[in-house]
Amino acid sequence: MGRPTPLYFAARLSAHLGGAKIYLKREDLAHTGAHKINNAIGQALLAKKMGKSRVIAETGAGQHGVATATGAALTGLECEIYMGSVDVKRQALNVFRMKLLGAKVNEVNLGSKTLKDAINEALRDWTTNVRHTHYVMGTVFGPHPFPMLVRDFQSVIGSEAKKQVLKAEGRMPDCLIACVGGGSNAMGLFNEFIESDVKMVGVEAGGKGIESGEHAARFAGGSIGVLQGTKSYLLQDEDGNVLGTHSVSAGLDYASVGPEHAFFREAGRVCYTYATDEEALAAFDLLSKTEGIIPALESAHAVAEAVKLAPQMDKEKIIIVNLSGRGDKDVQQVAAIRGINLQ
Amino acid sequence: MKQTRISKTFSRLKASGKKAFIPYIMAGDPDIGRTRQYISLLEECGADIIELGVPFSDPLADGPTIQMAAERAVAAGVTLRKVISFVREVRTQTEIPLILMTYYNPVFKYGEEKFVSDAVDAGVDGVIIPDLPPDEAGRLIKLSRAAGLDTIFLIAPTSNDKRIKKVASASSGFLYYVSMTGITGTKLTLEASFLDHINKVKQASKAPVAVGFGVSTPDDARTIAGVADGVIVGSAIVKKLHEDPEGARDFIKHLREAVA
Repeated sequence: MGRPTPLYFAARLSAHLGGAKIYLKREDLAHTGAHKINNAIGQALLAKKMGKSRVIAETGAGQHGVATATGAALTGLECEIYMGSVDVKRQALNVFRMKLLGAKVNEVNLGSKTLKDAINEALRDWTTNVRHTHYVMGTVFGPHPFPMLVRDFQSVIGSEAKKQVLKAEGRMPDCLIACVGGGSNAMGLFNEFIESDVKMVGVEAGGKGIESGEHAARFAGGSIGVLQGTKSYLLQDEDGNVLGTHSVSAGLDYASVGPEHAFFREAGRVCYTYATDEEALAAFDLLSKTEGIIPALESAHAVAEAVKLAPQMDKEKIIIVNLSGRGDKDVQQVAAIRGINLQ
Repeated sequence: MKQTRISKTFSRLKASGKKAFIPYIMAGDPDIGRTRQYISLLEECGADIIELGVPFSDPLADGPTIQMAAERAVAAGVTLRKVISFVREVRTQTEIPLILMTYYNPVFKYGEEKFVSDAVDAGVDGVIIPDLPPDEAGRLIKLSRAAGLDTIFLIAPTSNDKRIKKVASASSGFLYYVSMTGITGTKLTLEASFLDHINKVKQASKAPVAVGFGVSTPDDARTIAGVADGVIVGSAIVKKLHEDPEGARDFIKHLREAVA
């Protein structure tokens, strides 16, 4: 899987922002291009061990779908992926990758046609085929034990990062930043540091701004609810129906958030904020131009928060940003947003 | 807990050697006025108990037919609150047992305590919440028992002895046996172990056992009525009412005759 992934000192980005030293945990360099592989391989092996012949998964940005298809190919399991039709369009490259890996991709044309609806369909499939199928949930969500299982598979991110920062700097970092859709990359980074006093920031998708109602900032704009077997913060109306969400990033475009994040928020352990589409796109450009690293639009939300925080911190302070995925999958969409035709 | 309308109905049927016919419709599909007419229609066709679906944005246990019905009802502005006041109004005209089938989040948002008290006050007799396992329903069960609202939980073909025991002890009114692994509206295919399994469930349950999911034709209904205390038909009726409301009366009557 290409582990350990490097902890990379982003010298030019740090100098450009003129504040804290920024390190990037390079999950974008893991096999298949994102942290999703850590969990997908773990669960594929688990499925094999349980004697299942088939795995299914939901996917938003397509990274978890690609990772699950990879795990299935590796272990010889049949694989079907559910993906909202809106996401199929904006992540066409990943759809083709899944097919190359031997998976069947089912387009979901229901509800908001994004990640939430893909999870609904995957759960319906699982209910039907539970005897021979394992559902590879892609994030720290869903009924027990998924939030725990996925967190544990992803915790390799934080345990590596801790060793690496201690080796590079001889001390603990001051701040961790990660984007939060369902929240698996954030939980993977944070888990190792929960008992410490390191500051942690989770960044949700602010979309077009909270006031616009077009966002996926569950902590900023939601209330407690129960969806897909999980009690957590949820974007819902006063009658308990789930609201539509928006984000430029398919992987953050989700109406609820992992329950352990809700717990950390209420305990005051992690601070949750958001970055808008515009801020994420600016960070996407900035990291590409200063470091030669094109981040996934999801991870660009975390970079956007570093852009805000680093200049307010002293130069000897250390920030670790979880660069959860690479941006190749987003290049076509960013071009389209800018009115550039790549055909 | 005193005998509810649901348990009275099952006792009456049992005394005359009959099985319960339990149709399901989506409240507010396509509007609440039509739901009022459909309740009269179901009663005229011989329904013993009626399940009223509460529309929800994410109906996880449902197939395409009921998903689309829920979408239409949500679009018509029908909510749990409105369904409860609708029952209050219908209750002045009929004594037929009414069960709400709702997902958990609307109930959670409404508040469990207020939900139970408002529902009972309006004349609701029971509640089915497919995404609320008994393990998480302790408080709702307690509130419901005290108020006289039946809580009906689901048993699947994959449920083992321990699970059957748990679901049976959490359920009152009747126990909802899901005919097969899957979602509503799927074609009925009974596993070879179906008979043994449902007989085991019937032995473990003090309450009657009704079977639903996939029952779509009079033949299906007849087969199920041969083993269960009640037969639940949802998607097939929702579909007929939507696509061919004129033909619905005959269709429902044939189902009723098959159950008797």
